[in-house]
Order: sequence, then C-alpha cells, then structure tokens
Amino acid sequence: MKIADDSPPVLTALDRPNSYIGRSVPRPNLARLAQGRGQYVSDVVLPRMAQAAFVRSPHAHARIVGIDKSAAEKAAGVIAVITGAELAEVMTPWVAVLTHLKGLKSAPQHAIAVDRACWQGEAVCAVVARTRAQAEDACELVEVTYEELPAVTDAETALDPKTPVIQPSLGDNLCFERKLDVGDVDKAFAEADAVVETTFVTGRHTGVTNEPRATVADWNAGEQRLTVYQGTQAPHMMQDLFAKHLGLQHHQVRVVTKDVGGSFGIKVHAYADEMATVALSKLLRRPVKFVADRLESFVTDIHARDHRIKAKIGVNKDGTITAFEIDDLTGIGPYSVYPRTSGIEANQVVSLVGGPYTCPNYRAQARVVFTNKNVMCQYRAVGHPIAVVVTEGLVELAAAKIGMDPLELRRRNLFADDAYPAQSAAGLKFEKLSHHETLAHLDAMMNYAGLRAEQAKLRKQGIYRGIGFASFIEVTNPSAAFYGVGGARITSQDGATVKLDAQGNISIHSGVSEQGQGAEAVMAQCVASAFGVPIERVRVVMGDTDNTPYGGGTWASRAAGIGGEAAWQAGKALRENVLTVAGSMLQTTPQALDIRNGLVVDKATGNERLSLEELSRVVYFRPDTLPAGLQPELVATRHYVPKAWPFAFTNGIQASYLEIDVDTGFVKLLKHWCVEDCGTIINPQLVDEQIRGGIVQGIGAALYEQCLYDERGQMLNGSMADYLVPMAAEMPDIECGHVVSPTTDSELGAKGAGEAGTAGAPASVMNAINDALRPLGATPLTDMPFTPGKILRALGKV
Amino acid sequence: MSDTSLDIALTVNGERVNERVEARKTLVDFLRDDLVLTGSHVGCEHGVCGTCTVRVNGEIVRGCLMLAVQCDGAVVETIEGLSDNGEAADLQAAFVARNALQCGYCTPGMIVAAQDLLNRAKDSGNVPSREAIRAHLSGNYCRCTGYQAIVDAIESVAQARAGAQ
Repeated sequence: MKIADDSPPVLTALDRPNSYIGRSVPRPNLARLAQGRGQYVSDVVLPRMAQAAFVRSPHAHARIVGIDKSAAEKAAGVIAVITGAELAEVMTPWVAVLTHLKGLKSAPQHAIAVDRACWQGEAVCAVVARTRAQAEDACELVEVTYEELPAVTDAETALDPKTPVIQPSLGDNLCFERKLDVGDVDKAFAEADAVVETTFVTGRHTGVTNEPRATVADWNAGEQRLTVYQGTQAPHMMQDLFAKHLGLQHHQVRVVTKDVGGSFGIKVHAYADEMATVALSKLLRRPVKFVADRLESFVTDIHARDHRIKAKIGVNKDGTITAFEIDDLTGIGPYSVYPRTSGIEANQVVSLVGGPYTCPNYRAQARVVFTNKNVMCQYRAVGHPIAVVVTEGLVELAAAKIGMDPLELRRRNLFADDAYPAQSAAGLKFEKLSHHETLAHLDAMMNYAGLRAEQAKLRKQGIYRGIGFASFIEVTNPSAAFYGVGGARITSQDGATVKLDAQGNISIHSGVSEQGQGAEAVMAQCVASAFGVPIERVRVVMGDTDNTPYGGGTWASRAAGIGGEAAWQAGKALRENVLTVAGSMLQTTPQALDIRNGLVVDKATGNERLSLEELSRVVYFRPDTLPAGLQPELVATRHYVPKAWPFAFTNGIQASYLEIDVDTGFVKLLKHWCVEDCGTIINPQLVDEQIRGGIVQGIGAALYEQCLYDERGQMLNGSMADYLVPMAAEMPDIECGHVVSPTTDSELGAKGAGEAGTAGAPASVMNAINDALRPLGATPLTDMPFTPGKILRALGKV
Repeated sequence: MSDTSLDIALTVNGERVNERVEARKTLVDFLRDDLVLTGSHVGCEHGVCGTCTVRVNGEIVRGCLMLAVQCDGAVVETIEGLSDNGEAADLQAAFVARNALQCGYCTPGMIVAAQDLLNRAKDSGNVPSREAIRAHLSGNYCRCTGYQAIVDAIESVAQARAGAQ
C-alpha cells in the first residue's frame, strides 16, 4: 500500500519533540464510518418526529392562482399541509446582498413561494406526515392552479428591453455588475505581435453530494428552544439565520452537525426548503425531518459555473503577455442565494483572471443576471475553475499562435519566486508564491520532454495524445474581507477550547466542522503537538453550537489554516497553564519544564517528573494540597483570524495527459499531475487526497457534468441516470507534489488545500484535448463539458 | 398509494427477522427504517450511485432496486454484519490507513462491493489488477476521493489476501 508521505517535513517552531505536524496521521473518525456506524442527519430519528415533503413547481415561472389542500389533508398519515402564506406567519423572508459588492440586488425570498414560483422545483406547498412516503403520496393530492408566465432562460437576452423582468420590484434583470480597467489595455493589444480572441463557456453543473441535503428541526415549546440537526458547513451561520428569521435569540437555537455526506460548497447556503423545515417544526411544535431525494437535489441544490466569457489575450513574439480582457456573463436564477449572495462567483472570475502572471494591463466586465432556472451560488473553488479555464486557455492558445512551448510561455510571464510581496493587475495581494518552483517540479515529475517525444512518436501511428497545463492561484484562509465587510454575519475568525480531563486526557472543541476533509485529524494533530500528548489521548468535538467556540465552519479552504491555528494556540496556552501547576507541585519554575508524550518532563534532560494523570488527580480531587494562591485553569480557549493579509493565496500547476479516439470522440485520461504550495503541510496524506478528490471533481466539469435546460426552463437531465459524474473506471491515477511556502500570518504557516484540485483540472484537461487535436486542424474546444459529440464536431466528423 | 402489506421472514446479518412491510417498500428503506440498520445509505434511489449496496443470498444488489417483499426467505447481509463478523476487517483497516474515505457516505457500499470482488478473486485464484478494481467499482459513486485511494486500499488487501493463501 502506498501511504502518501513523501513531502519533506518543514518544521520550525512547530518542531516539538512529539510533533504530529507534517505526519500522515490516520483520521480518528474513519473506523466508525468504515463500519457503517456514522451518524448522518439522514439517520437521525427523534420522538414524535414527522417527515416533510414539498409540492414543487413544474413551471419555470408561474403565478400561483390557488392551492386546494382538502384532499391532501385527508390522506393517510398527514399531519399538516402548509402553504407559503401560512408559513410566512412564522418565518420572515430574506434578501441576499453584500454591501461591498456595490449595486448587488435581489428580491425577498420566502421559505415557500407565496404567490409566484420562479424556477422549476421551487417549493409551493409543504406536506408533513408520519412517514416520507405518506407525505409524498399526499403531495400528489395537493391541487395547485398555476398561470404560467413567460420564462427568462437565456442570459444573453435577459437584459434586453423586451425581455420580461422577473422581479418587477428590482426594475430589471441585472443582479450585479463589476467593471475593471487597469493599465493601458487598448495600447497593449494594438502593440502586441499577436492577439487571440475566443469565447469560453463553462457548463452549469452542481455538487451531487452523495448524501442529499438533510435537516431535522426540533422546536421544543417547553423550553422555547430550537435544535436543528443539519448537514451544513457553517453551524454558527445557520444558527444566526434561524434565529433571525424566526425571531429568536442565538441562545434559543442550537445547530448540531454530525456526519455530513459530502458538502463541497453545496451545504454552505440557506436553502428555502431547509428554512421551511425549521419553520414547520416551530409551527407544528414537534420535530420535522426533511431529506431531499435525488430528483429534488438536482433542481434545488445550488448550481454553479454557468458562465459565457468572451476573452482576449495579447502576446509578443518573445512570449510576453501584453494584456488580458474578459467579458463575463452569468445567469444565476431568480434570486441571489442567501446569505453569501450569487455575485461572488463572477466577482471572483474578475479578480482571478490573469492572476499568476505579471501582465499589468487588464480589462474586465462581469454581468450577473436573473433567469428562471435553479439558483446558482458558491460551489467548491468558487470562480477559480472559470478564471483558470479563461486564463490558461488563452495562454495555451497564445503559445500555439506564436509557436512557443506552453511551459516556456508561462516561465516568461509568471511572477518570479523572489518578487514577493506582489500584487496582480486585478489588485490581489500575494504574500509568497512559488510559481516557478512548482512548474520546475512538475516538469521533472511528469518527465515532460519524454512525454512530448512519446506524443510525437504516437502521432505518426495515428494515436492522438495531448498534454495540457494549468497554472493557478487559490484563495484560502479568508479574513473578514470576504463576507464580514459586506454586512454578512459569517465569521472569519475561529476558536478552539482545549480541556484536560480528570485522567489527563485532552478534548478540543473547535468551531470548524468536519465534512470528510479530515479537519478532526488536523485539530488533533495541532493540539497534540502544541500541548505534548500522544494523539490517541486527544478527542475532537465539532459541529455543535452549544459546545464549540463561535466559528465560521468549513468553506473557502479555511479549516486547517484558521481553525488549525486556533487549536495550536489553544494547545500552547493549556500547556502553559499545566506547567504553572506542575511547577508549583514540583517546586520548580514552569520554564524548567515541558510536556512531552503525555508526561511533564524536565525541559533540559527530558526526564519524567510527573504524569498528566497525577497532575489531573491532584487538581480535580486534592486541590487542598496545592498552595492557597494557586488556582489551576485546565481549560484554555484561543481564537485566530488572519490579520496581515485579506487572503492567504496558494499556487500550483496541474498537467493532464490524455488520448482521444478520433473516430468516437472519446477521451481516455492517462495521467494527471499536480504540484501545489499550500504552505505548511500539517498532514501530507490529507492534502494529497484533497487534491486528488478536487481534481476528479474538476474532471467531471471538463468532460461530463452539465445541468441541461430547455428554453422553457425545464431541467432535462435531473437524475443520476442522465447527469454524468466521474466514476472509478474512467479516472486516472493522480500524482501530487508540493512546494512549501508557509504564511507568516500564523505560527503554523498553513494555507488551504481544499480547492486547488478543482481550480486547475478543467483547464488542464481542456488544454490537453486541444493539444491532441491541434495537428488535425480542429477548432479549439472552449465549450465545457467536452463531450464526444463536441470533439467530433470540432474534427468536422459530424 | 399503497394499501397492501405483506408478512416477510428473512435472515439479516444472521438474525431472524419477521416483519410486516408495505409491498412498495424498497429493501434499503426496510433495512434503514424498520430494522434501523443505518449503515446502508441512500444516495440516488434509482440504481446508479451504489451507496445502498448490500448482499442478498451471497450476491451484491442495490438496496434501492429491490423490494423488501422480494427478500422473503432470503439471507441479507449489510455493512453492520460484515463489520461485526470481521469479514471485512482488513478492508476496513486498509480504507482507514489509506484515507480511502472522506465523508464516508459511499464507504459501506464500497466495502460490500470490494469484498464481492475479492471473494470472486479468491474463487478464481486471481489477484485483481487496478483496472479490474476500477471496473468493479464503476457502479459505486464517490464524490470525495477521486477513487485512487480506494483502488490503492483494495489492491493492497487483494495482494495481502493472495499472499496469505
């Protein structure tokens, strides 16, 4: 078995005697999950619990003329049939805007549509019954009379004067617009030796979490308190939203997040049907469960990446990139999604295009428009895959145009490794990146020259293989610059509380949450190392607003970098507290002692002085034997938020090697490589597996995944039989490499690693496809996903 | 609408079970809702994702494509059974060591499917290749791992079991 542990440990202040930083420690929660002993929200059953199902609009846009509930109310097992107007009595609507995205607007959205349904799949009525099957049966008996309205389904014409306005109160269908013009773009294009212009399309797709969205809400009228078991990435954020829209205080709302069957950004939003489930519990004064089925998931889980980008690059014969220009258009559905908004993705595209390169001339326009399709919002690597497809697609088209090797063109334009701190044309601030070192590492790791020789040889035999690259930067460890400054109550800081129990073991309570990425292991590693105990003696508690410090949860690759630093600092603080007690007990100074492998030792010699069990015994059961002036504190809490930089940018480069069957258009992925730099690597295996999983998710976008809609706003492929996802047989083995440039903003120096794979994979696959097809004179493919049909069309075969 | 229920008797993880079930109830819903064996998960309910994979009379099936009433008289084994009797212990240990699961939702189905492949390999005397492992898992969806770690874990167990024979 290969255990990925090939990264050199880069340890400084982290290099404690029994440090777990930089080691591939197994995750503490895995054995349980592998035995089927997980506790997903789908599994939660409470006394008196009822099940909710929703009647959903079959139309993309329709006025609700009337709802006849009478037959449904008489059906077997039915407890209540609730319309949007009735639910609005207990839950207020929301508007998803952020003040720092100037001009961003949206209309009030209700948990259940009140008088108008604005996309196919929007809930128009809820049925609560004893079982889900009974609730679904009764949904079929709810008679909804609709008056179908014209549906806006083409983003290109959404702003035309003759197109109906979806939300009349807003005046038009423009949600958000951003423009940027840096340097002298017109002059740079005019003076460039070559200009390449094309249009990229990144297909609308979705997360397809294996466990659908799931919520169990339990309003206890006796204690006037709401407990919500929810598969969410941000428990404290949801606590705030439930409280706000039900008119409660935070301390009346507890959000518990147990095991979550995949998130990827899908479960970081406030969904109307989940908000409705919570409101139904309050209304009915009993627990209510809602688990989306797969067909509901496809039309209600957020979609993402539905962008059309007209793009242009100027390049000189020596390979210097002179300018980038983009015009991005995206249709995000009828509402901006709460509370993170649907403006962030396009905003990220504008910010990230051209990001790895020194080119000073950049012009961008992005328009975000409303449509009558399912809502779009932030999904893993928000905006990055789009920006990387545009930038790296242009870079390789430019390289082909001037006849330069694509890696060489990159070498001539990437920010130099000694150029930091640096700032991109779009204004992104970089503390320390390593584009050239990662590129050199990749070049060697994949044996680039050897692959090119193999490719040339095979072409003579009629075998068409392609090599494609994608350099990228990734936003991680966000400060309040992401959401807080825009007025959203989404915290960027995170906390950790560390406790020493009466047997000398440790528990850590963290505000970040586990979604499968391994945050539990990372927290345990940080605390075990900082405090000084074997990791087996650390228990991790997460995902419970009653029992963890206030925190942001898990999104934007923040758990290890922010939550891990808080855990590290809390572990250190508890060590100081314990050594104060130990110093007193041993009649020496705390400075002369340390904690190593669960023992208080003499710092100079490492000799054992006291066990933690003994220290705990005395503190908890014989405090009478301690000096009168000493009050031991065997609990410590620390918080952390990045301060020096708004984001900790990471960087890297990916490569794809593939073969195309030019008769069928099928793409066979042969191998994929990624070299990235996420700063200090706390757990090499977990980093590599985040990269691999992310790459495969990006490959899905490149080759298979697209939510197809017809002109009336009907989703055409909303099942797993019709919407293709990457499966084991088609995926390549993926080789990972690392360069380590720690951030100095934290002692740990860790940046995020959760989204780099997804950011770069689509562009590298696209570039490899075009590299394979170039000798055949095919028109470059820029319209994702790259299906066999599109490849055959590019070859002129169909 | 279903107003037809039937009595069924079957063996689940070695225990005799007598229940009255609606004719329309799927096997996985019966296991999860009636027997509270929540280790078998529901992912798509239309036979694509493999998350509900269980063993019926020795063959792996999709728990969402079979009705509970079809299992009258059958021997059903789930991840709980394979865990408690130790049959999949080495696979589970390899999955943990190799981080071949992230969210863990697909894992019970993956383990049941992998154990089926390894049982067949044992019968035929072959050690499955990485390609054969990938092909066998082609009906089990994992969104987290990218599959490589899963293939690594199964490959290591296949080799270890072959070596131990």
